[in-house]
Amino acid sequence: MSQEPAAKKKKGHVTVREAWCKGCAICVEFCPEQVLVMERGKATVAYPDRCTACNLCELRCPDFCITVSVKGE
Amino acid sequence: MFNYDQYLRLDKFPLIWCSGCGDGIVLKSLLRAVHKLGLQKDQICMVSGIGCSSRLPGYVDFNTLHTTHGRALTFATGIKMARPELTVLVITGDGDATAIGGNHYIHAARRNIDLTVLLFNNHIYGMTGGQVSPTTAKGKKASTAPYGSFENTFNISGLAQAAGASFVARSGVYNPVQLENYIVKAIQKKGFSLVEIMSPCPTAYGRRNREGTPVDMIAWQKENSVPVAKAGQLTPEELEGKLITGILVDIERSECRAEYQKLIDRLAQS
Ligand code: SF4
Ligand code: SF4
Ligand code: SF4
Repeated sequence: MSQEPAAKKKKGHVTVREAWCKGCAICVEFCPEQVLVMERGKATVAYPDRCTACNLCELRCPDFCITVSVKGE
Repeated sequence: MFNYDQYLRLDKFPLIWCSGCGDGIVLKSLLRAVHKLGLQKDQICMVSGIGCSSRLPGYVDFNTLHTTHGRALTFATGIKMARPELTVLVITGDGDATAIGGNHYIHAARRNIDLTVLLFNNHIYGMTGGQVSPTTAKGKKASTAPYGSFENTFNISGLAQAAGASFVARSGVYNPVQLENYIVKAIQKKGFSLVEIMSPCPTAYGRRNREGTPVDMIAWQKENSVPVAKAGQLTPEELEGKLITGILVDIERSECRAEYQKLIDRLAQS
């Protein structure tokens, strides 16, 4: 239920289940918006505001760590 | 947000696979495909052989069977013959299916029995110690080929096609959505359906062959994939070392269990 005009980019909310993260950095390197960074061997959400909910990090995380939801939905 | 947890045995997590192993990406594509088809968990029987990818059934809440090296297709054949109403999924690897189980592989395809085979091709025996497999490319190193392999390789998809499979597709973990779509089509197809999946092994293969990080290995797929339609316009030299992806076979051909049913019905009448 978004009030924004359709042309405006979607906003996403991304989380990392740290306990299962093995630090492969796949999510970090393939995120087109550089939302995620590696910190002490784990993926961390560093720039949450940039997330467009494209879901690429979730699709490619081999360890079921990432969830992405569309803000306002 | 897709809910994977509904299909998982969460008490078995985290996954045993190495950091950056592609197999977890395939597992996720598979679960989305199962959901898309609306399959019930009890409707599925998943059978695996031995190897890293063959650990997969341990993580899913379906009927599951972890069998012996190279024999997943034989167990799966028995299940399909006895319980044709089940959706039978076979999880196997390049070594398991095409070396140790090579004969079962071609004969299951020849019979065109209604199984869906997800074949994880990582070009090596990962779990058993990095030995050369039938898909280890010439020049690539393995624990049993310390100076590089000098053998020719199998084209796994081509083998299934030649033997009579009614559906064959090739994809890789770089493209999890394409993979999901191919798995959907493979399950829908009545007959032997193969999805050959390029799933990098950064540990036993990548490290030894200096192929870089898991990210590098996945990026390689992006840069070197050629869709099958485009591959037809390229010369063999241009295709050298490339990964041809897409649906390679999708044909109608008589299916083994259905033929068997005809025989049962005929004998019942006589
Ligand atoms: S959903 Fe897309 S933009 Fe957001 S963190 Fe994941 S890859 Fe980056
Ligand atoms: S892809 Fe998954 S396991 Fe790999 S670093 Fe990101 S969250 Fe961790
Ligand atoms: S050895 Fe290779 S195939 Fe096996 S879990 Fe590790 S990365 Fe994956």
